[in-house]
Amino acid sequence: MNKKLVFFALVTLGLLLYALNQALYVAPTEETMGDIQRIFYYHVPSAFVAFACFFANLVASLVYLKQRSSAADAFALATAEVGVVFCTIVLITGPLWAKPVWGIWWTWDARLTSTLLLWLIYVSYLILRRFSSGGQTPVLAAVLSVFGSVDVVFVYMSIRWFRTQHPQPVLGGGEGSGLHPAMAHALLANVVAFFAFGALLVWLRYKLERSRQQLDELHALAAERGTN
Amino acid sequence: MPTAVHPTFIHTLLSNLWKDLCLEWRSKDAINAMLFFALLVAVIFSFAFEPTPEEARQMVGGLVWVAVLFASIVALNQSWARELRNQALDGYRVSRASPNALFLGKAIGNFIFVGALELVIAPLFIVFFNLRALGSTAMLIVVFAAGTWAVVINGTFFGAMSLRTRSRELMLPLLLFPISIPAVLAMVNATTAVLTGEGGTRLPLDFLIVYDIVFTTVCFLLFETVLHAE
Repeated sequence: MNKKLVFFALVTLGLLLYALNQALYVAPTEETMGDIQRIFYYHVPSAFVAFACFFANLVASLVYLKQRSSAADAFALATAEVGVVFCTIVLITGPLWAKPVWGIWWTWDARLTSTLLLWLIYVSYLILRRFSSGGQTPVLAAVLSVFGSVDVVFVYMSIRWFRTQHPQPVLGGGEGSGLHPAMAHALLANVVAFFAFGALLVWLRYKLERSRQQLDELHALAAERGTN
Repeated sequence: MPTAVHPTFIHTLLSNLWKDLCLEWRSKDAINAMLFFALLVAVIFSFAFEPTPEEARQMVGGLVWVAVLFASIVALNQSWARELRNQALDGYRVSRASPNALFLGKAIGNFIFVGALELVIAPLFIVFFNLRALGSTAMLIVVFAAGTWAVVINGTFFGAMSLRTRSRELMLPLLLFPISIPAVLAMVNATTAVLTGEGGTRLPLDFLIVYDIVFTTVCFLLFETVLHAE
């Protein structure tokens, strides 16, 4: 087992435990929302990690299209999968928080809907990877990632312009409303811990994919030797 | 010394387009299936909803675009499946002809097929929902042209991509629909604005035109990569 990986995993575990304590016990209870507001410390960091993963996926896809390196492809796959997982957490914790606070599960607000569409695009990316065969998968996936990223801009603008008749969120729970210092600290601790957790997952998934790629190469090589 | 014949971009494009139109004219594979599918969607929608004329104006914009989007999948799948017969696509790949000429030829061909579908399906919706537009009908033609191009340009591109996957007929809508959602939102918005005569068509139409330009450019930049993916 890789020593660096074990060390990083232990650091991540420590950070997560510290952040959990901060979020559940140390941070003060919000005046109007009560304890339900604590979901904020998981919702927002997950969103940050998901967006960072999708951005990393775009960069890796562009590098792949330019250099055709299998390492870039493995990284693109790892970030897409982890990004979808964290984006799913965002989409589940969002309505759970919205229902008691806003009284509705869902609103066609630009941020919510963009996140949903981003999730849809990256799920289609994973399905494409699953359904395409052989050496074409990385190219097709990288191309779709570029399309998805261009689309994100249109998604955001279209929802802002064409869905404005719907109620806007009243309680932001954070942005612009000014956080209590202890809340800001708990949020920061969770953001750091979640980023470490996300990076750990991407690292593990990347290693797994690299091993799979090498195994495929060895199989191909063995098959070639066998026929000669 | 005779030089090798090197067809120009426009020549390759037109011969591709002409070939697709001839094939479709003789076989009528895509257009028949597409028309019947769209008819079924229109009938099912009219059974499922029973709106007053005012409600109809509010909702038909959405229904008609859903019908067009679903039905166009049939044409888009057919258009590339055709190239697999006799390894036509492999022949094209090893030739010196421009990949983008092939792509644009196909996209224009699909635009014509889906446009023909809309000419049939629009009267159907007018009849079934007793529709009378309160805004400018001429504007509707511009909206439909811009919206159809948005569906067709990405659809043609993803059709070429899903050709390389297992269960390719299923793959196309899974790739196309998520990317098309913002365009669909704009199309529906513009169409509803024309039908109800309320709200401007300017913003959604501008949005669609920008969407068309951006995605046409992206398709042009990446089509060669997809065609030669191996």
